[in-house]
Amino acid sequence: MRHTRTARFLITKLGGMIAVLLLVSLATYLIFYMIPADPARFECGKICSPGTLRQVRAFMGLNEPVWRQYLSFLGAIFAGRTYGSGPSAIVCPAPCLGYSFQQHETVMSLIGQTLPVTASIAVGAAVLWLAAGVAAGVVSALRRGRALDRGVMTVAIVGVSAPAYLVGLLAILLFGFKLNILPDSGYVPLLQNPAQWAFHLILPWCTLAFISAAIYARLTRSQMLDALGEDYVRTARAKGLRERRVIGRHALRNVMIPVVTLFGLDVGTLLGGAVITEKVFSMYGLGALLIGAVQSTDLSTISGVTLLAAVFVVVANFIVDVVYKLLDPRVTA
Amino acid sequence: MSLDTTRGLPERAGTPAVAAARRTGALARLLADRWAMAGAAVALAFVLLAIFAPVLSGITHNDPYTYHTSLLAGSGVPNGRLGGVSSAHWLGVEPQTGRDLFSIVAYGARISLLVGVGATVVATAIGTALGVIAGYSGGPVDTLLSRFTDLTIAFPQLIFMIALGALVPASFPRQFFMIAVIGVFGWPSVARVVRGQTKVLRNRSFVVAAQAVGATQLHILRTQILPSLGSTITVIATMSIPGAIGTEAALSFLGVGVTPPTPSWGREISSAISWVAVDPWYLAAPGLALFLVTLALNTFGDGLRDALDPRIAGRLR
Repeated sequence: MRHTRTARFLITKLGGMIAVLLLVSLATYLIFYMIPADPARFECGKICSPGTLRQVRAFMGLNEPVWRQYLSFLGAIFAGRTYGSGPSAIVCPAPCLGYSFQQHETVMSLIGQTLPVTASIAVGAAVLWLAAGVAAGVVSALRRGRALDRGVMTVAIVGVSAPAYLVGLLAILLFGFKLNILPDSGYVPLLQNPAQWAFHLILPWCTLAFISAAIYARLTRSQMLDALGEDYVRTARAKGLRERRVIGRHALRNVMIPVVTLFGLDVGTLLGGAVITEKVFSMYGLGALLIGAVQSTDLSTISGVTLLAAVFVVVANFIVDVVYKLLDPRVTA
Repeated sequence: MSLDTTRGLPERAGTPAVAAARRTGALARLLADRWAMAGAAVALAFVLLAIFAPVLSGITHNDPYTYHTSLLAGSGVPNGRLGGVSSAHWLGVEPQTGRDLFSIVAYGARISLLVGVGATVVATAIGTALGVIAGYSGGPVDTLLSRFTDLTIAFPQLIFMIALGALVPASFPRQFFMIAVIGVFGWPSVARVVRGQTKVLRNRSFVVAAQAVGATQLHILRTQILPSLGSTITVIATMSIPGAIGTEAALSFLGVGVTPPTPSWGREISSAISWVAVDPWYLAAPGLALFLVTLALNTFGDGLRDALDPRIAGRLR
């Protein structure tokens, strides 16, 4: 019985996710390929010979009807695509998000080079901000005192008002130049040297986490205070459970429900923050790729990166929904 | 002895929001809130700075565009202490070019406030319309609009804003593009709160009474619902401005905001990156300006919310 309900929940959510993904891909396609009067002209770049323009137009399939263009755009993501024919043909394996004429590479391989940088920043910062925010909130709720209380509130409003790049630059100034203990720029691939990878990412992680952790601390604190006054916590204590178990199993589980909801909404913000952070710390990530593409009007790369970002957020929200269900079995689709 | 000339006269109504504030004593609460008042004072100072930017820079015969390379050392770093602060250049000069930093910050305030307020107006208009429709109609319309709102909130907005910049012709004024794009992505938080409030209002007795006497939907929306939403909308609009200012600065910081040589705080902060080791004061002027105006508006917004409409417990950024 319970299994069928869980299965139904998963199927409904999965169906919803696929519907949203299709809508998002359609919107991306329409925005970047339909709004410009001549997308090929954009994609071809500032210096563009008529021959190249003709080739670009054929590659992008702009001579076909619109619905067909969109279907081949969508099909390429699942099945790959071959641009052109004969010896000059370019094979774009699945998942194919297009081909950048300006950089002479498939968009996916451009993304493959830059995604690890942005993902490293985003995932590490998210872990840090959730851990630090929830821990600070729990501690301040348990030791409810005037000084600590006001401290958290003050840090929270400073955290909201301080832009990521400002915190980052101050961190560079303090730890990079004055104290000279942490690297202030550059990215070392994880597989090349894990220790250096983490070492170079300490400042970016702390910068990005600081902005949001304070909000999570405030939310956790108020939720925790509510939970501690609830009957189930009193019951758990009355049963003679140890305090650690009462807080950890009974109170915290309920506190995490709104925290997880908020995090689902913040995934997109996290990605934006990572883009800003990588610029502050001179790392070449997705943001740098996107901004470069915007400046040279490289439409294939722009639409590929935005579609990927949207897919990431939609999938992350699906995961959040599933975690939510695990935390709160009463939730139905 | 005080002479109260209004005693015995009917209360002057003024605008609905002011009337509501008087009735509930909200204005008194707001005036008593020291933090909110400090925030208001700082924000007002920045508004004056923006309005009188030409006059204030004119005192020292400066503008944000003229190069003063004679004030720079060979490496491009300003001569003198604190980034070249002097009686002629109150905040020092920009490294490499020697442009007057006070003028840049003052003119930059114009862009920040214009985009911040403009985008908020756009976001509030869209958000109020969609929020009222969703909250008032309920049912499938509400479900659909709410899903759409959630999706837009979760969306990687900054990435989309950067990407859309590619589609705008270079001749189109960049600040208006920023107002449009920040406004178009900023409506969901307004819509959420307005929807919630409308749902509450819809079941209040005065609305039910209006329906009972046969008022049309449009009439109810215009005369019953919207005036009651006034304070909510005021609060949420105020609280949205700092976020919009921050987004403008972020886009300019990333190099896709207003185009040079129009002064912008975000772009100045971005150029300060490469100078932060040798001339940290270059970062301080635009950085502090951005931080102060955001902090001031956040504090004022918090105070306004507590005074006017404590029910809005929703999360706003």
